[in-house]
Amino acid sequence: MTPRTLTWGGVRTAGNKLTTPLHPDDYLRLLNPLWSERELRGRVEEVIPETDDAATLVIRPGWGWRYDHRAGQYVGIGVQVDGKFQWRSYSVSSPPRRRGRTISITVRAMPEGKLSAHLVNGLEPGTIVRLASPSGDFVLPDPPPAKMLFLVGGSGITPVMAMLRTLDRRQTMPDVVLHYSSPTAERMIFRDELAELESRHESLTVHRLHTDTEGMLSLSGLDGLCVDWRERETWACGPAPMLDAVETHWERAGLDERLHLERFSLELGGDGGEGGTITFQTTGKTAEVDGATTVLEAGEAAGVGMPYGCRMGICHTCTLTLVSGTVRDLRNGNEFAQPNEQVQTCVTVPVGACTLDI
Amino acid sequence: MAIADVKEYTHLTEEEVEQLGRELDAIRAEVEESRCDADAAYINRMIRVQRGLAAAGRATLLAGLHSKKTRTPAWIAGASLLGVAKILENMEIGHNVMHGQWDWMNDPEIHSSNWEWDTAQPAEQWKHSHNYVHHQFTNVLGHDNDIGYGVLRMAREQKWHPYYLGQPVYNALLAGLFQWGVALHDLDLEAIRKGKKDPVEMKRQLRQIGRKGRNQVIKDYLVYPALSGKQWKSTLKANATANLARNLWSYMIIFCGHFPDGALHFTEEELEDETRAEWYLRQMLGSANFEGGRLLHILSGSLGFQIEHHLFPDLPSNRYPEIAVKVRALCEKYDIPYTTGPLHNQYGQALRTIMKLSLPNSMTSSDKPEPPSPSIDRGRRTDAERPTRRTETGAYYRKQTA
Repeated sequence: MTPRTLTWGGVRTAGNKLTTPLHPDDYLRLLNPLWSERELRGRVEEVIPETDDAATLVIRPGWGWRYDHRAGQYVGIGVQVDGKFQWRSYSVSSPPRRRGRTISITVRAMPEGKLSAHLVNGLEPGTIVRLASPSGDFVLPDPPPAKMLFLVGGSGITPVMAMLRTLDRRQTMPDVVLHYSSPTAERMIFRDELAELESRHESLTVHRLHTDTEGMLSLSGLDGLCVDWRERETWACGPAPMLDAVETHWERAGLDERLHLERFSLELGGDGGEGGTITFQTTGKTAEVDGATTVLEAGEAAGVGMPYGCRMGICHTCTLTLVSGTVRDLRNGNEFAQPNEQVQTCVTVPVGACTLDI
Repeated sequence: MAIADVKEYTHLTEEEVEQLGRELDAIRAEVEESRCDADAAYINRMIRVQRGLAAAGRATLLAGLHSKKTRTPAWIAGASLLGVAKILENMEIGHNVMHGQWDWMNDPEIHSSNWEWDTAQPAEQWKHSHNYVHHQFTNVLGHDNDIGYGVLRMAREQKWHPYYLGQPVYNALLAGLFQWGVALHDLDLEAIRKGKKDPVEMKRQLRQIGRKGRNQVIKDYLVYPALSGKQWKSTLKANATANLARNLWSYMIIFCGHFPDGALHFTEEELEDETRAEWYLRQMLGSANFEGGRLLHILSGSLGFQIEHHLFPDLPSNRYPEIAVKVRALCEKYDIPYTTGPLHNQYGQALRTIMKLSLPNSMTSSDKPEPPSPSIDRGRRTDAERPTRRTETGAYYRKQTA
């Protein structure tokens, strides 16, 4: 007789018979909100102020979370504000640790950002939030390249911090140059920790630029800052104009292969498609939107019963059939223009008029 | 009688009807704007309480079996807790979540596209037959399959047939087996009989019903009894009792929505070029409320506010009491009937209609306010034959099966 192993997952699957049409998790989460795999969730354990307008949230994820994110990736966080879950993505600033119990994200309150301000100032430890799995290609390769350059502006430091912490923890800090622009010294997130890392690792050089007094980074002066930048694998993260300039500069140098960019275009919008009129075929509703409003948001605003899930392009629950017209994927600029193409409404914006089957 | 033109019936001018529509739109907008934490807390509390009751009911039943002394009280308590849990789950939670009343919260766990309820009908089919067909074509003869549910003759305009002499019996069966009747509702047995049903769609629906129904039966009549060991019969009986109580209760509440005297029927002429305001008016004239305390309203899924529910099926149910005050004031202002009464009264009238209409019209008098119009014998409409849908009836989304 072969011994059968009783797994926790197996027990829960068997439990479905007792709780159908619900899952055992739907009951278990009433005992402890983290005891459910239905939706990834986490409890805010600590809110650590970093600067006047930025804070690190230490979150203990619940069941179903795998601590296998790669340094530099971002996670989605959903917080209930006025009864409604609002989702944003933030870089994980803690290094990946398989046996970890918490993850941390660092959030800067944006002047117009209702949710970021809420996260920084209003979130009490103990709050239950929703999480979306780590995602993104802005990651540290393993093993890391011998020479690295980080070009960082403002809260663009958060994914880079996860990479630096990982290199530090593994004791594999290669030759790293970090250029960090921030309006003032006070607004620099992680400034003390960076100083400490710098003192511990001879191979780490940190340039600090205070743009309020010293002006913006001029890429023409890059040779003066980092002579061998052409030989380095480069990661850049920060405001869109800075990234545009970096991208052009590297392209001109014929080095775009060595450049990794992280754009927070989903939050900032602005540089997506041109916008246009979306027609929802079955419901007969239409929406006139700009290039920063996703098809999903437009449909919801127009009162269409849109299917949706993670709202960040991961789960594909929101996928609908494009009947005609063109939509553009905000994440990579890919265009979908074939009739009957399946498009993820949560990350696409219309390019001119388009029609969806719902 | 069935109304072919609500404007004419209510003696309102076209402008007055449109003005009424704008006032109702304003009520809707106001509630949409003011949805907040407190509303989210309400549905979350309902769900917590319901799951707590269900778990407590099952636990009480299992725990009470061990000693002879506790068996009977545990059986009574367990079956009651379970029955109340099932009622709450079907009415205030499932029905309202699947209308999309809580979709605004952006919570995939309390969303019309994901919700599945503890009854035999698959959620997806319910969203079609109820949320779409019934709520859009409310009380339009031939279009609204909820008039008599394909079993009963509930309008004088429906042609009499000797089959209807058995109506008191069919009614009793429908009440006791309500969840199974509802399960078959979207299949549309009449369309199948007339050969109008797409066989592919029929097969798909049957498979879906089979799967859902099987899981429901296995849970209540196999697994829990099996866990009770020797006392399996006692658990089985308790579960059957809870299901029966839920069936009778939901049947009664649902029959109070459109069948008391005063709730009107309409002909398909009314649908021609119907404006949004006229749709509102049809909902108000076709629905009936009942009165009661907060607890009664919660246990009936807020369907005591049937008029408000039909005007705004996707606004959160906990807001219906405040909406009702405004709707009632509008009815007075525009001199439109607002049909309401105590629960027993409303159900009594529905039951009287069921009994009366089992006989030919010549043998009975009309309870409805106007003289009867000529009888009609129109079959049910398919989706293709129905006018385009109105989206204010809430979310209905059928996954593409290419």
